[in-house]
Amino acid sequence: MESLASTGLLWLDLLLKVVAVVGFFLVVPLVAGYIEHKGLAHMQDRLGPMEAMPHGVGQLIADGIKFIQKEDIIPDAADRWVFALAPGVALVPAIVILTVVPLGPGVFAENLDVGIFFALAVSSVSVIGLLMAGWASANKYSLMGGLRAAAQLIAYELPLVLGAAAVVLQAETLSLVGIVEQQFAFTAFGIPVPYAVPHAIGLALFFVAALAELNRPPFDMPIADSELIAGHMTEYTGLRYAFFMLTEYAGMVVLAALATVLFLGGWYIWPGIAYPAGWPVWLTAIVATGVSVGKIMTLVFLMVWLRATFPRLREDQLQRMSWLVMIPLGLFNIIVIAIAKVVA
Amino acid sequence: MTETTDAMLSQPGGANVLPGPPGESMLVEVRGEGELSTQDMTLNIGPQHPATHGVLRIVIDLDGERIARATPVIGYMHRGFEKLAEARDYRQIIALVNRHDWLSSFCNEMGVVLAVERMMELEVPERADWIRVLMCEWTRILNHLMFVGSFGLELGAITPVFFAFREREDIQHLMESATGGRLHFTYNRVGGLKEDLPRGFLAASEQMVRNVRMRAQEYRDLLQGNEIFIARTRDVGVLDPQTAVSYGVTGPPLHATGVGEDSRVTEPYSKYGSINVPVPVGTNGDSYDRFMILVDRIDASLDIIEQVLGSIPSGPVNVKLPKVVKAPEGAIYVRTENPLGQGGYYLVSDGRKNPWRLKMRTPSFNNIAMVPHLLEGALLSDMIAVLGSVFFVVGDVDR
Repeated sequence: MESLASTGLLWLDLLLKVVAVVGFFLVVPLVAGYIEHKGLAHMQDRLGPMEAMPHGVGQLIADGIKFIQKEDIIPDAADRWVFALAPGVALVPAIVILTVVPLGPGVFAENLDVGIFFALAVSSVSVIGLLMAGWASANKYSLMGGLRAAAQLIAYELPLVLGAAAVVLQAETLSLVGIVEQQFAFTAFGIPVPYAVPHAIGLALFFVAALAELNRPPFDMPIADSELIAGHMTEYTGLRYAFFMLTEYAGMVVLAALATVLFLGGWYIWPGIAYPAGWPVWLTAIVATGVSVGKIMTLVFLMVWLRATFPRLREDQLQRMSWLVMIPLGLFNIIVIAIAKVVA
Repeated sequence: MTETTDAMLSQPGGANVLPGPPGESMLVEVRGEGELSTQDMTLNIGPQHPATHGVLRIVIDLDGERIARATPVIGYMHRGFEKLAEARDYRQIIALVNRHDWLSSFCNEMGVVLAVERMMELEVPERADWIRVLMCEWTRILNHLMFVGSFGLELGAITPVFFAFREREDIQHLMESATGGRLHFTYNRVGGLKEDLPRGFLAASEQMVRNVRMRAQEYRDLLQGNEIFIARTRDVGVLDPQTAVSYGVTGPPLHATGVGEDSRVTEPYSKYGSINVPVPVGTNGDSYDRFMILVDRIDASLDIIEQVLGSIPSGPVNVKLPKVVKAPEGAIYVRTENPLGQGGYYLVSDGRKNPWRLKMRTPSFNNIAMVPHLLEGALLSDMIAVLGSVFFVVGDVDR
């Protein structure tokens, strides 16, 4: 399948794709942030932002403008270049992953043959940014936050990959577009279902590991505000701090999008139910993208819900959970899927 | 620095230099085959830190994430209340003592007022005495709600605190209607109260008891059975009864160890002798027990309020006193059960209008003293679970 932004002119293609990806990247995380603001507020019996535009819709834009105006402070003892670069290093992987995530038929920048491999590989680059920030800040809290983040990533990258590997095994392709198409044709005992049904364990592993990788509660010990102030972000101000916040929300969107593609049927409402063939391409693309974004936002809402409900785990408990529960479970899942695949 | 580095590097088996944080390298001693003996890192938690709610400073020696030694450094909030009290008359002191522990203001007032009244051998009107008990218990609930909320918040559960503040707000409205204050009530006077309760206060109290009882269940639902909450607090910061007693720990942390010492029961003051005071006690003395005791104590206080509401007689709330109150020469020690533990007020008077010495024994001071004992060998994350469940107010520590 070709991207919709294929005109045959290389530079025009590139421009269109960059604009689309960056546009998506700048808008959708804000929606996720708004869901978090309002969702948390209503769960906690309060209103949340209400002042910036009706119902506080513009709160995050206002926040962004505020961050731009703030002084960019670099501590004297900090390693200037590393300190200044870190937010960028943390942020860029999220954009890069977006280039391979398909939101609809043709609504993607690139259809890589090794899409899922590429996405997971790039996603782990972002921790280098956190480590850089933790180390360069010359602050003990930052350092501990950075180290915790790195330890957490190593522990949770495995369940994440294992959850995704089972899907790859099932779909017989690494391409994200291919996985969606395979999933569309998938039936369990003759009933069309998304991979979430046979891969319930995989989905759970993927989702939990994604939370841990994003440092989202209940796995937010790298930035545990009551222990480490803000972990690796302690010394950051202004726009650089905003970059870290954006990384978190963009990461939520990106990993929710990957989960949607891998487990929830991607841009199709339900496997087996195709969009009417008579629809023009642009209409199908818009509706399909809407369905994708809807699924993504549902997962984002779930992340917010967990944040409102659970306290934070302890670092050692988190490691134990990964190595002793989730990784064995992930391996078990792969074995089961492999046997089912061969038998079927 | 480079010279030393080179010298050290060239020294076989000697100290080596690892690149440390920018500007300062880290000296390490290399032993055997590439084995590093690590250095403990000293971390200053506070005086400005989210976990110490106030200006407590804890110097922690960290070995990785494990705490080797923790030393609380207090005094950042010392405001000299005891000395100041020597220059104020008894009417003014009431407004002073409700400020060191801003979360148990009414109970603090009680201690001083009781001390002066006992020295003067004053008989307080029945109604005033009952209302004092009522107000004490509302203050206790306000205090406990605060800590129930903040403990969850420190562990990363951000929702309970909003629920707790919803109730706090309602109760504060109620208290405001009677006393005019939301935090520092200053409702006590030597010989009684400032003024009588406003009309409808008792009916509103009754309604509020029902509300809070119903909503207290929400904290239990959110935290009591929560797997992560249990994992974070069970067997964390375990305090045994002997250690607790030897440190002079009182209040909820003591009750959590199973010792039910409560001066409302063992040495009843005001009207506590004529009502049934339930004292919930725990078994393990860990953070989980300390927290659950706090929630149970909210219920216990509601029980007391219900008993009080049924027995408030009508009558005056104050006795006629001369314009300048003077305590007779002598000394007295009064114990009260404040929300955070036992409050002691040692009042020495030389017969003038201000005390010669007013020594306050505050529960937070003694409770914070056991923190090094609890933190030794714990993880940094446990520090939060321990500090949050010791329940202290920094103003109460430093006075």
